[in-house]
Amino acid sequence: MDTTTNSGKAVVTLPSDTQILITREFDAPKHLVFKAWTTPDLIARWWAGRRGTVTSVEVDLRVGGRWRYVMVTNEGFEVAFHGEYREIVPNERLVSTEIFEAVPDDFAVDTLTLTEHEGRTTLTVLVDHSTKEARDMHVESGMEGGLQEALDALAQVVASGLSQERSTR
Amino acid sequence: MARAATTTDAFNAVAEPRRRQILDALAEGEQPVNDLVRLLGVTQPAMSKHLRVLREVGLVQVRDEGRRRVYRLNADRLRPIHEWLQRYEAVWNERLDRLDAVLEDLKEGGTDGHDDEQR
Repeated sequence: MDTTTNSGKAVVTLPSDTQILITREFDAPKHLVFKAWTTPDLIARWWAGRRGTVTSVEVDLRVGGRWRYVMVTNEGFEVAFHGEYREIVPNERLVSTEIFEAVPDDFAVDTLTLTEHEGRTTLTVLVDHSTKEARDMHVESGMEGGLQEALDALAQVVASGLSQERSTR
Repeated sequence: MARAATTTDAFNAVAEPRRRQILDALAEGEQPVNDLVRLLGVTQPAMSKHLRVLREVGLVQVRDEGRRRVYRLNADRLRPIHEWLQRYEAVWNERLDRLDAVLEDLKEGGTDGHDDEQR
């Protein structure tokens, strides 16, 4: 179905009203991806992207153990997330809760899965919120100035529709 | 009746779950109305109403094929929604580009990570 080459770009879709799914392929075996995902000094190097600097990473990688990441954005705001590990299958699957400390009443359940094929690893992160409103807020929190609340993107449709369209251009 | 005021753009039109199912079905290819009715298990009048809303905002197009009315997705109209998501996607890409760089270092460093399997 997906004949376009995935040039290492993340694809974000909204599989249901409460979920966000992020998918990306890496040219590395899954145990290295898992290591980069769960080792504090490595997390500190990627988690903030270009939006700021990671100032603290705590990882207690066992079921029931806590994690907490803090960054200072380029604008100078401190942003912190924390949660608890619920399920750990080394190099394959990691389920944890995620709480944005600015909105402590809501939490998401994040599921990381790593699938290796011929030395390349497909990473997926499924973010599942308790409500659609919280999910939409999560998506909008990544951007300046959100669109209307009525937004209820159906990304599978969008993605498949647009890729069909692109391939015919 | 479709209330035009609330369905003037793609965002509102896709806020309705049934209409999203219709778009999903059309994403796989064009479909005659009757097939959509059967596929989604809705009544013909309800289907007509949803299709009218989707047509009004340009998300679907219709053509007559003999006696059948065949609907297709107009993916271009989904672009604003796609762009909304793309900005979120960009944030993740920044993050995962960095992760990619970390992985390159790990590969070169020969720290193959197998010693991580403590559990």
